[in-house]
Amino acid sequence: MSKLALWARRICATGMGLVAANVAAEMKLNLPQPASPLTAEIFDLHMLTTLVATIIMVIVIVLVIVTLYKFRKSNGSEADHNFNSSKFGTWGWILVPVIVLGIDLSIAGPGTKTLKNVETFEEADLTLKIVGSQWKWTYEYLDHDISFVSTLNNEDISSEGYLREVDNQVVLPTNKRIRLLHTATDVLHNWWVPAIAPKKDSIPGYINETWTNIDREGTYYGQCAELCGTRHAYMPIVVKAVSQSEFEQWIASKQQEKVAALAEASANKVWDKGALMARGESVYTRTCAACHQPSGEGLPGIFPALKASPIALGDVAAHLDIVINGKPGTAMAAWSDQLNDLEIAAVITYERNAWGNDVGDVVQPADVKAAR
Amino acid sequence: MDAAGKPKQLRTVVFLFALVVGMFAFGFALVPLYKLICSVAGINNLDATGSRVTLEEALSMGVATDRIVNMEFDATVNGDAPFKLTPITRKMSVTPGKVMEMEYQITNLSQEYVVTQSVPSVTPWQASEYLKKVECFCFTQQPLQAGESKKMLLRFSVDPELPKEYSVITLSYTLMDTKRGEVNTETAMVLE
Amino acid sequence: MTTIAVDHDDHHDHVPTGIKRWLFSTNHKDIGTMYLIFALVMLFLGGGMAMLIRAELFMPGLQLLNPDLYNNLVTNHALIMVFGLVMPAAAGMANWMIPMQIGAPDMALPRLNNMSFWLLPAAAIMLMMSMLAPYFGTGGPVNTGWTLYPPLSIQAGMSMDLAIFTLHIFGISSILASINIVTTILNMRAPGMTLMKMPIFVWAWLMTGFLLILVMPVLAGGVTMLLFDRHFGTSFFDAAGGGDPVLFQHLFWFFGHPEVYVLLLPSIGVLGLIVPTFSRKELFGYKPLVIFMIILTLLGLVVWAHHQYTVGMSLAVTTYFMIGTILISIPIGLMIFNFIFTMWRGSITFETPMLFAIAIIVMFSFAGVTGLMLAVVPADMQYHDTYFVVAHFHYALIPGALFGLYAGVFYWLPKWTGHMYDEKLGKIFFWWTTIGFNLTFFPQHFSGLAGMPRRIIDYSHQFAEFNMISTVGAFVFGLSHILFLYIIIKTVRGGEKAGDMPWEGARTGTPGLEWTLSSPPPFHSFETPPEVK
Repeated sequence: MSKLALWARRICATGMGLVAANVAAEMKLNLPQPASPLTAEIFDLHMLTTLVATIIMVIVIVLVIVTLYKFRKSNGSEADHNFNSSKFGTWGWILVPVIVLGIDLSIAGPGTKTLKNVETFEEADLTLKIVGSQWKWTYEYLDHDISFVSTLNNEDISSEGYLREVDNQVVLPTNKRIRLLHTATDVLHNWWVPAIAPKKDSIPGYINETWTNIDREGTYYGQCAELCGTRHAYMPIVVKAVSQSEFEQWIASKQQEKVAALAEASANKVWDKGALMARGESVYTRTCAACHQPSGEGLPGIFPALKASPIALGDVAAHLDIVINGKPGTAMAAWSDQLNDLEIAAVITYERNAWGNDVGDVVQPADVKAAR
Repeated sequence: MDAAGKPKQLRTVVFLFALVVGMFAFGFALVPLYKLICSVAGINNLDATGSRVTLEEALSMGVATDRIVNMEFDATVNGDAPFKLTPITRKMSVTPGKVMEMEYQITNLSQEYVVTQSVPSVTPWQASEYLKKVECFCFTQQPLQAGESKKMLLRFSVDPELPKEYSVITLSYTLMDTKRGEVNTETAMVLE
Repeated sequence: MTTIAVDHDDHHDHVPTGIKRWLFSTNHKDIGTMYLIFALVMLFLGGGMAMLIRAELFMPGLQLLNPDLYNNLVTNHALIMVFGLVMPAAAGMANWMIPMQIGAPDMALPRLNNMSFWLLPAAAIMLMMSMLAPYFGTGGPVNTGWTLYPPLSIQAGMSMDLAIFTLHIFGISSILASINIVTTILNMRAPGMTLMKMPIFVWAWLMTGFLLILVMPVLAGGVTMLLFDRHFGTSFFDAAGGGDPVLFQHLFWFFGHPEVYVLLLPSIGVLGLIVPTFSRKELFGYKPLVIFMIILTLLGLVVWAHHQYTVGMSLAVTTYFMIGTILISIPIGLMIFNFIFTMWRGSITFETPMLFAIAIIVMFSFAGVTGLMLAVVPADMQYHDTYFVVAHFHYALIPGALFGLYAGVFYWLPKWTGHMYDEKLGKIFFWWTTIGFNLTFFPQHFSGLAGMPRRIIDYSHQFAEFNMISTVGAFVFGLSHILFLYIIIKTVRGGEKAGDMPWEGARTGTPGLEWTLSSPPPFHSFETPPEVK
């Protein structure tokens, strides 16, 4: 298998030494290349502190090596008991703190300056509200009345984008000042795209603010950086930075999509089973498979199976209720806000007729509307 | 150990135990002290009834006609609860010192009687203390019948003392399901 | 009275035997031994968990564990290493050495001493119950990491309650031990042993004891509030009821940051004995070191919020915490300076304890400089919660705390057992474990900078190489401890006889009362108080 080959290569490369050119190119050693003036400033600050840290370490190591070499007993060194009360023994205690304080100030100065830049709250061209939930991100473009949910959609370990790609990317314009508002709906999360903006926690009840001004078009990756439970490792972020005109096009298409989806869902159209199954599968993959697994078998002891489950095979009203209202005290969320009638109808139809579940009934959007 | 050491040792032990008890109490004392420390030291915290003023106080702050502050309103529903909370006005230009009004629409999407609590949070939160609330639905818990939808009033004023560097203030409410089943009149109503 | 048992033994000079000797022990050496054995067991337990974690992280994809078990292991690895390994091991050394170093017959409160030890196994058992509880249908595991941040910790099942009780018991145990140690140091010193004549290890423990007494109750309060929130309808940390989730973070780190110094100080104390001994020269600055330990203790109490730079605090507050944190580099820098210039113009030999001490000076300095990087708020907003932080605190705690304890074990094993350990094996262990440690944690700096968050079970291909090296290193590091165990057992069972002062360098480096006793020391240390001139 290619996956095996990839790993064989990696193990060999690691074993052979890190200098091998192809590995070095693949390996990242430092913070990602910054894509905004703010992260660029932080990057420079980071390089400054790294330099200072390296210099201190070189001094300490050289000093220790010289000491050990010169004053080892096997070299015939005798202990000098008067050294501690020598001039150095007195003045050293003043000299060293002064040097350390100097180093400290050389770092604290630029640090404070950059911090002030992080904590500025100017008028922005665009406000993006980012809401963390277990285990997805909801993006709200407050100025355009658009909102969508973004989740991981690549769990194929043989692909390069494993655990990095999402179904709905965040699209942002370049060269615009963007306000990022962070909050969460259940536990702590942290939206972190290192190239774009420093992190601030997403805390339920709080609204936190950071800002960015992306200066290069491109795709930037990140992920949740605050432990948020079972699927903490599976909350990637993809930001696509495009030109202003492209961004406007994207906004327009999103708004059209929204209108179309509303029209489709609210129409009292009766759908046939095949169409519902197809839609249901895509809704399921997007929203349910993370916990209940694509196979419908769940994770024993953690997430219940839907395959051959009493709810999926039982009364349709109970099934509607659990999807719409969730199950309090468990990870099962209420989906009434996030899915429209059509999506709920489709996913329930799918769950009742997939993986050998054979109830055979079809749930229509109108049924969902009635059950809400 | 000599006999003279005994009382001294006992004193030490008693002192250390007292210190332990004191620090344990200090931990709990931090709960009420926290809000005080936060407002003095400038640490962000949640406070549903903070910055509350009476109408008279709001009117007596004076008006700063020389500038405009842009207010933005936002809402989040916590924990996938079956509610909806939306600001009826998204943005507002405010003259500091003037008492303004706006409304939020709250809807209970479930088939049960619920009690909700809205928690305000302001960003940049340094502006929180300058955003004076005369009347706010966050001061009290809001009971909602099954399927009920209603408008809730927010009457506020931006303190003219607000430092100039804050020109945009976002007020965001998080709607919490209290799961308490009945209106608790004690938790959020410190000032009533 | 608490000393009756001791008096009784004094008169007849018999040593209790069998299980009673250990179960009802009021003897500081026996209790010290039990502390050390308990810590050794916890070392293998917590280390085993670390091996499982690293094995899972060997490459992308889920191989061994599921996410909940992984988070459970991450939490318990930390709790075991902090509360089960480092603190008991340091307390064990305090029990053994402090009465001997200050010329006391025993600890001030021997019965309390017995109790503070026996609470530990109880806590450990409860922690195991907490780990296993999720497999008996009692809800989710403690998946929050050792910081136990709500609201995630509110979601967990019964496992969290058991973890809270575990922390209570560990907390009571270490508070009682600290009260005992502080009381002993303040009241039981031999005539002439003034505070400024005490060995530096005793000073380090005096500071540690005070720190524990000050901060442990605050943690106990914090987790008690968590327990109340979970079961009694209070809302200390629940925004819906007027609480605040961030308050817990402040309570936790008010305890958590001084706790780091609780872990470090005893080892610094050990270092303050080893470096002079093997340099055959007095400590470069005894008085300054004492002063800096006091400054470190005080500074440690007021910089906690540097663990929370990303929660959103005002410019003034973050700047204060940044400056405060950066200033810690002054006492730490002076300690390193002190140790290096203790060796300067000395007559240095390289026995195992000294090898560890030298490695600590270098590697702990490294943790110091990454700490300096982390203290800078805007940069921390990138480093926060990544593997860079993981690498930083493992560099601080493994050399800073654990290697200090290993050095102490090698330094004092001859005193404790009366046998010299096998120097050749000791040196092999040193090189094996140091190389393994660096191989494990050095690459993590890079994976952290490249953007790998901590506490994730699975990662994308970009982080693969460094994680693979890290895991190989972890197994090298982990396996070295089998040799450690073998050396200890071998030394306990026999070996070359050790003299009263096994290290001739101590005569000029750290002459102390402990060397006037035989090796192993008599059951009761000093029956008549020695005179210190």
